[in-house]
Amino acid sequence: MRTIFNADDEAVHDAFADFFAKESPMEAVRAAEPLGFDRRIWEALAAIGATGMSLPSDVGGADAALATVAVVAEVFGAALAPVPMIEHTVASRLLHQVAPTHPDIRAVVNGSQIATLALRPPMAGNDATLVPAGAVADIVLALVGDQIVCTCNDAPGISARNTGDLPIANRCLDDAVVLGAAGSLFERAVDEWRALTAVAYAGLARRVLEITVGYVQQRQQFGVAVGTFQAVQHGLADASTRAEGARLLAHRAVWALDTNRRDASRLAAMALVFAAETGRFAADRALQYHGGYGYAEEYDVQLFHRRATAWILQLGGPSTELRRLGTIEFGRQTAIKETHPKEPANRKTHNADANRGSI
Amino acid sequence: MEFSFPPEAERFRAEVQAFLADQLTAEVLAATREGTIHAPAMHKAMGELGWLRAAVPAELGGGGRDPLELAVLVEELQLAGAPFDAMAVTIIVAIVLLVHGSEFCKHNIVPGMLEGDLLGCFGYSEPESGSDVAAARTRAVRDGDEWIINGSKMWTTLAHIADYVLLLTRTDPDVAKHRGLTFFVVPLDLPGIEIQAVHTMGTERSNATFYDDVRLPDRYRVGEINGGWEVMKTALKYERGVTGGQLPSPPVIDAAISWIRTQSMPDGSAMLDDPTVRETLLRAMIDVEVCRSLAYHTASLASSGVMFGVEGSMTKLFSSEAYKRHCQELQDLLGPDGLLTHHNADAPLGGLVEEHVRHSPVTTIYGGTSEISRNLIAEMHLGLPRNR
Repeated sequence: MRTIFNADDEAVHDAFADFFAKESPMEAVRAAEPLGFDRRIWEALAAIGATGMSLPSDVGGADAALATVAVVAEVFGAALAPVPMIEHTVASRLLHQVAPTHPDIRAVVNGSQIATLALRPPMAGNDATLVPAGAVADIVLALVGDQIVCTCNDAPGISARNTGDLPIANRCLDDAVVLGAAGSLFERAVDEWRALTAVAYAGLARRVLEITVGYVQQRQQFGVAVGTFQAVQHGLADASTRAEGARLLAHRAVWALDTNRRDASRLAAMALVFAAETGRFAADRALQYHGGYGYAEEYDVQLFHRRATAWILQLGGPSTELRRLGTIEFGRQTAIKETHPKEPANRKTHNADANRGSI
Repeated sequence: MEFSFPPEAERFRAEVQAFLADQLTAEVLAATREGTIHAPAMHKAMGELGWLRAAVPAELGGGGRDPLELAVLVEELQLAGAPFDAMAVTIIVAIVLLVHGSEFCKHNIVPGMLEGDLLGCFGYSEPESGSDVAAARTRAVRDGDEWIINGSKMWTTLAHIADYVLLLTRTDPDVAKHRGLTFFVVPLDLPGIEIQAVHTMGTERSNATFYDDVRLPDRYRVGEINGGWEVMKTALKYERGVTGGQLPSPPVIDAAISWIRTQSMPDGSAMLDDPTVRETLLRAMIDVEVCRSLAYHTASLASSGVMFGVEGSMTKLFSSEAYKRHCQELQDLLGPDGLLTHHNADAPLGGLVEEHVRHSPVTTIYGGTSEISRNLIAEMHLGLPRNR
């Protein structure tokens, strides 16, 4: 049990915190809107080896665990960096799994090609719609039926304008080639996206609360700093408590994926729902305690608020995720029957046993 | 990060599970429904196994069990729905006596507590002071080698079965409130002590205790005269340490799910297939994993030798608020049947959810209210100005 970063994690954390502070300040986040992508930042990220760090060294990666990517994802989330780091990471890991000798694998690992995945499986014969990083990705992986397919047609370079200024776009799959039949690998990649996005949300929540704690100590009303009011303090205390819980659960989900625990998929979905709602709650409190200025474009809070709203919706809202989680926990919903067979009342249902296995 | 327990802790978990399978019988659980949340035989058995002594840090002469193993113990007790309030309180009183108590207390009271023969309880709150605990007015006045105590305490839960109360008194009314406090450990059978039941909506019995010219030798004093606040800090520190794992919801969620599995909707579909039912259950289950993550964090910090502070308040705040919310939402899922108390033979799950609905409100109050927790988090974690 180690619920804090070790020395290696701290070194990675500090290096990337410096990197994003220097290469992706809030001015760069603003300047990248509405596309939500800054190629200069992407190239800088590639230059330090961050785009393929978790891939094997024989294809140019650094053999890093997903947990190390998660350390980066936390500072990435706090910076709102306009680069598709999470999509690229999980898509390139999937590409390597399903097609280890793919001709573009080294280009993906070194970041000269951007990879992404269509989180939501398209219907056969249709385009993949609103693909995360679809506006800029050179390689798009998608699940059609049980087939993982790949297309390398030109990225549109413009996004469908959206709440979070994210580089989402539709991508045609007409020219897609089949890489292999392995839906479970694709599901695993989406679980990795869930867990890493949950970590990014934890970073977002923490940063927007830091900004707000600073603001409420400056801003005076009724002759005192608004941060002296208990109404404000208690909202920030609730949000920061949830942010700590979200952060720990998100890193626990990443650990469960790294170690192939059998409850990894369950924890990834739980971590994403909780972290997304926590990110939204923290951004809401932040905006509220900034008063009218929080609503103003000039202040950074709105940047956090819009991304907190948007990130999870690239996959689906919390209710969509909960519907899927319900299938994991309780099985598929059955069709209505005339009589439902009664089951014994003492049947062990809550998966306390699965929890036991995980701890 | 790494979220698995070491093998020794998992072995201890198996030991605890076997112990509970043997000791936590339906009769033991039924007895707690009478209002006294204590299982004497089980408590004594834990004392005989050395589990109470093991919970005391080694530097104080205890067994120094790894905080991760203590977290496992508390987690298993909570998952099983076992009563352990008296255990936790008694261990904290014993620790306070080992840190601040006289040689007499260390040799004549602590061993009995750690062997499971003697119970302690807390005497902090008063009719007019709860969260503002340092405003206590119960007076202790020196008389030679004795003290004369007069006053009254509220929420001295377990006092009617306990042997000692850890009593916060005022010894100097003329200085700032934190500086005029002194602690005593008071035998509850002394002349002049009266214990009155305070019945609660959770069926749990608490007490008001009254002290009328109670004469107490100085050897029962705990800590320095007017040094009570230092003793209080020790008690609060270990209260967070010993009871760090907060996971009250799972038995209630499990019970609700097993009942829901037997139910159909009016259209004949399975109740467990209903999307709103599922969402309610899943949100509670997510909160449980958050509580678990927070509790593992505090246990892990303690195990690595870091005495945590605000993390304990965060765990307490989140888990008690979540538990209270879950109980109400789960009772709602049961519909009118959810109202039935255990007195009804056909109450779902023997009325277990209903009992928790009535018990849960106290958990956001005792051991530091949610409001006090938020104050501490704002001040210690966020660095906002002290505000009270």
